[in-house]
Amino acid sequence: MEFPRHLLEIEGLSRAQIEALLEVAAKFKIERAQAKGAPGSGVDRRGTLRGRTIVTLFFESSTRTRSSFEMAARALGADVLSFQKEASSVSKGETLEDTVRNLDALGPDALVLRHPAAGAPRLVARVVRASVINAGDGAHEHPTQALLDALSLREKLGTLEGKIVSIVGDIAHSRVARSNIHCLSKLGAQVRIGGPSTLIPLGIEKLGCTVVHSLKEALDGAHAVMALRIQQERINDARIPGTRDYARTWGLNARTIELLPQGAVILHPGPVNRGVELSNDVLESPRSLVMDQVESGVAVRMAVLSLCLRARPG
Amino acid sequence: MIFLEGGRVVDPANRIDGVRTVVIDGERIVEVRTAALSAGERAANEVVDCKGLLVIPGLVDLHVHLREPGEEGKETIATGARAAVAGGVTTVVAMPNTRPVCDSASVARFVQARGREAGFARVLPAGAITRGSLGEQLSDAAELKDAGCVVLTDDGRPVMSAGVMRRAMEYARDLGLPVMIHAEDLTLSAGGSMNEGAVATRLGLPGVPAVAEVAMVERDILLAELTGAHLHVAHVSAAGSVRAIREARARGIKVTAEATPHHFTLTDEAVAGVPASMPGTPPAGEPYDTHAKMMPPLRSEGDRQAIVGALADGIIDAIATDHAPHGALDKQVEFVSAANGIIGLETSLSLTLALVRSGNLSLARAVERMTVGPARCFNLSAGTLTPGALADIAVVDPDRAFPVEAHRFYSRSRNSPFTGWTLRGRVLRTYVGGRLVHRLEDAT
Repeated sequence: MEFPRHLLEIEGLSRAQIEALLEVAAKFKIERAQAKGAPGSGVDRRGTLRGRTIVTLFFESSTRTRSSFEMAARALGADVLSFQKEASSVSKGETLEDTVRNLDALGPDALVLRHPAAGAPRLVARVVRASVINAGDGAHEHPTQALLDALSLREKLGTLEGKIVSIVGDIAHSRVARSNIHCLSKLGAQVRIGGPSTLIPLGIEKLGCTVVHSLKEALDGAHAVMALRIQQERINDARIPGTRDYARTWGLNARTIELLPQGAVILHPGPVNRGVELSNDVLESPRSLVMDQVESGVAVRMAVLSLCLRARPG
Repeated sequence: MIFLEGGRVVDPANRIDGVRTVVIDGERIVEVRTAALSAGERAANEVVDCKGLLVIPGLVDLHVHLREPGEEGKETIATGARAAVAGGVTTVVAMPNTRPVCDSASVARFVQARGREAGFARVLPAGAITRGSLGEQLSDAAELKDAGCVVLTDDGRPVMSAGVMRRAMEYARDLGLPVMIHAEDLTLSAGGSMNEGAVATRLGLPGVPAVAEVAMVERDILLAELTGAHLHVAHVSAAGSVRAIREARARGIKVTAEATPHHFTLTDEAVAGVPASMPGTPPAGEPYDTHAKMMPPLRSEGDRQAIVGALADGIIDAIATDHAPHGALDKQVEFVSAANGIIGLETSLSLTLALVRSGNLSLARAVERMTVGPARCFNLSAGTLTPGALADIAVVDPDRAFPVEAHRFYSRSRNSPFTGWTLRGRVLRTYVGGRLVHRLEDAT
């Protein structure tokens, strides 16, 4: 199974490519769990990318995605260089293209890029030699997030074929939603999208999902529900009145969770606004996969780096 | 005298569409006739064989950004006017959003002087509606009119205050100047960088809803009704605007409108790299194509069809390019940061002829929308082959195909979404005031 050299988006991947990647990731995840249980006993993967260099270039603040990528790179034995940049460097005269050309001249094998502008990774992939891994571009895609969500979901639910997954929250500004719609529907799941109409972008159903207008409809018969973060900005730009009103209509709490079938699981890409998207007890409940998602993240990013960089497995 | 012999002469103002010979004496047209040339005439004059070619009035482009003064790296009045005649355009109206803004007689006179010096297309200045195009105080419109401005506009920006716009229209009406609007409610378009809809959603780009344009068109139609001013709607992009203009006309309100070749050729799918449904289009390109970014944005197929329909039935009077030169650095950036606008002077006629070939527009209508149609919008004495008129003429091979190549543009900028396309219909000769100002290099 040929995997692309750049991971720019889920939309362009085939189901077979996604499944092949998830298989590698699942193996890495098990190995890491074993190593945690009995220190020193796990499989040492540090030979996989020895001598290779991964650059993480983040034009937006992020702790978990960047640490997750860096931990994955180190677990494979790669050297890691990390840059935190202001996207406004353009105003200082350096364009994104110039910035990445300069970094590329250092000779890295992969460039892990997060940027506030949709499409930025594609622009970068056109001008660098390194593999480009999209760690989130504007409201476009966040491929590794969708892959790690799929990994966690498959572990809990088995195949996703025919399963119903609801994504609720700020869909309009969410790259996580878009990548998940593509990934889950490619894996055979039915995706439902829900949230206040102010946060549902026009034509989202054309990506292959259905749109619902109440939490009840979102949760009814669902196998999993993914809550997305509500940002303070959305109040300032008059998309929602406030977090209280949001929590009342779309928040997952002890009361609303009753609408979710037994055995259904809850995800959130983080960081969680406790008491807004998820109440404390829902976040801490056994149905919550939030911590498992973080563990899947490292494994998925190990798989992405090794496949994009054509490392020999093992 | 010059005899343009035996071409298909299309002169909508005079309802001529047939084989004729156009006779130029000095700077004026003296005759458009069917009679053959006498041996004496043939011997004593310059005779250009136009058999199989179109001979049409020089095109009038109401909406061009020439960037001078202030941004000469993108275009100058000379390079823009040269590009114009290469596209068969003999009159351009230069938008006032230069640096400084054309809100004073000195800038208006400078623009005309530079245009005359260049000696290609006629360059007519548009004056700003408000001082600095800031939307607050009225500019010295009487002075601008005396200095040669043919229209008032804050193009590139709307006049957001309805109160200011009302007074501007009243003042313009007294002067007999049309008011041209860039219809965009900034509170509805805020942050957007392409048409709102399924394509923007898929690409994760912030959208500009069509209603941002339509709401302003509706507002300014009401103000035109109130004031009796002549409203001209620039670069119509939305079906809703077409409907609003159609209804306003039916109510007897004085409103004219223009549409651009890109809005009647492309849709927002072009941002995603999807080719247009037109012959000569290259295969799919890369998504986030910044050459498909402009304001107003490329809209949906339904909007595109509404514009084509309005060009056919005359609700849209004029085809204008919104020629907007930008340097490579303004476009080779993230989509949301890229400059708005594309160049169009050298491709507008060919793209319009494509509508003729696809059966959407008769040839006579197409020529009308590029000549006398726009001339009437701004009361310009141009766009006809009437004997006595200035000899502004384009000789066109309607079937000649050519590849659009960035390095061949006469414009100083290269930002065209049509680069790589094969277009048909090429200007072989352009006359301005009887002078041959453009001749295609390899034309016989």
